[in-house]
Amino acid sequence: MSANQTAISYLIASVLFILALKGLSHPRSARRGNLFGIIGMAIAVATTFAVTRRVDVALGMMAVGGAIGLIVAKRVQMTQMPELVAAMHSLVGMAAVLIACAVVSDPLSFGLESPLPIGNRIELVIGTFVGALTFSGSIIAFGKLAGLGKYGRIFSSAPVTFSGQHMVNLILALIMIGGGIVFVGAPSAAQWPPFLGMTGVAFLLGILVIIPIGGADMPVVISMLNSYSGWAAAGIGFSLNNSLLIIAGSLVGSSGAILSYIMCRAMNRSLLNVVLGGFGGATGDAPADTAQRTVKSGSPEDVAFLLGNAESVIIVPGYGLAVGRAQHAVKELVEKLTTKGVRVRYAIHPVAGRMPGHMNVLLAEAEVPYDQVVEMEDINSDFSSTDVVFVLGANDVVNPLAEQPGSPIFGMPILEAHKARAVLVNKRSMAAGYAGIDNPLFYMDRTMMVFGDAKKVVESIVKALE
Amino acid sequence: MTDLVDPTIANITVFVLAIFVGYHVVWNVTPALHTPLMSVTNAISSVVIVGAIIAAGPGTLGVGAILGGIAVGLAAINTFGGFMVSQRMLAMFKKKDEKGKH
Repeated sequence: MSANQTAISYLIASVLFILALKGLSHPRSARRGNLFGIIGMAIAVATTFAVTRRVDVALGMMAVGGAIGLIVAKRVQMTQMPELVAAMHSLVGMAAVLIACAVVSDPLSFGLESPLPIGNRIELVIGTFVGALTFSGSIIAFGKLAGLGKYGRIFSSAPVTFSGQHMVNLILALIMIGGGIVFVGAPSAAQWPPFLGMTGVAFLLGILVIIPIGGADMPVVISMLNSYSGWAAAGIGFSLNNSLLIIAGSLVGSSGAILSYIMCRAMNRSLLNVVLGGFGGATGDAPADTAQRTVKSGSPEDVAFLLGNAESVIIVPGYGLAVGRAQHAVKELVEKLTTKGVRVRYAIHPVAGRMPGHMNVLLAEAEVPYDQVVEMEDINSDFSSTDVVFVLGANDVVNPLAEQPGSPIFGMPILEAHKARAVLVNKRSMAAGYAGIDNPLFYMDRTMMVFGDAKKVVESIVKALE
Repeated sequence: MTDLVDPTIANITVFVLAIFVGYHVVWNVTPALHTPLMSVTNAISSVVIVGAIIAAGPGTLGVGAILGGIAVGLAAINTFGGFMVSQRMLAMFKKKDEKGKH
């Protein structure tokens, strides 16, 4: 295969990757989109094999890795998607670092000059440190998401902070850049110490950058690491002068960046504020007067009566619902109500799960049709004309304090559940949400609390409706 | 104009244009599919496997080839796992009238 033919194949693969993302604009076209992605990847890999002299090692390793990937992908639970995605980001990061090391050790086999020209070295440095940051940062994010806190404090979902943290990070970043500069100017004989030193510092920095970020900010972190993994691939593409890697990497990089932005906006935080960390585990000072306020609580039977007599119902699911594995029970409840002629929809806040769009997948898994599931912006104007809102395991995303200047979450976009004619809230207890602040929604006259495990409560409601 | 464009400049051209394409395509992704978007992009970023295959393929086996081989293994987990799990998730997204068909 000539270099031109290879380039054309890579171009076709790049176009297929773009079509893969384009397909995701609607659930109808999404499966076809994924298929485009698979075909693009197959073309890219086959083309590369065709131009490579020795394929036995790569084929063998691909069989092993591919088998592991398929098994994991088949077995993973949908609630575990955030962990899986974090783990996969780390693999891309590590692969990028290993490829960079291979380039440094043997530039000729990549069709590059030896010793490496300065331009390639600069690109390698960037690709390597982004890859290393992605790797170690994703490992920490994986630990936090998988609840490995008991095995080590660095995996704790609470922010891990120490004094002078930002200073330490800054110094390490400077050392890393310094190592990179030394490597760029070093003769071949002396290139390894600065290169490996820089890589090691980048690994350490990846850990330190993620540990101060709390559990509540995980949707941002995971999107950010998604973006990094793309930039790492693009960086390797630069060093190898490979346009396919650059295009694919940039697509992924910009996708992750957009998702980070969307998540930040949904929490009314700036990216800088999230990255500097320390948020998401703080208990905060709840206003003192709330202790005396009373809530109205009712039984599942009361809830069933209200829901059964409503004309329109909106269900607001939160992560608590997924943890309690109550999606299937909720779907059954909705089917019951629908047959009674009640119009039921689900309202989804962008940060309802542990990663962007997580709640939609959890509902889809429970076979909830996607046309019943409505995004925040599209449903917010409907709350005031809705009879009953049923909040299940959500808290901060329906907190009307967000509309009150001076409150810690002021400005955060919320689902305007408090505007409905009646509000039902299921919670385990009166504990505060992630943001650690009280929720006036629970104390409204029109609100009825129903305490208990989401799954059991919903099952009792279904029974009461029969 | 007889001199050739530096590869780095050509790379930057591709890079900048690809970011624009990515930006516009991704804003069109429906929020309901943001999790599959992440798993698909994850699988796409495993395209570094291309670099890894080249690294693993010089005529003689050296340090570079071994590192490349490991990189192929790691990236392959993503390639296969990423597309597979996306397929699994996307198969779950059904409209009301599509239910029970599978």
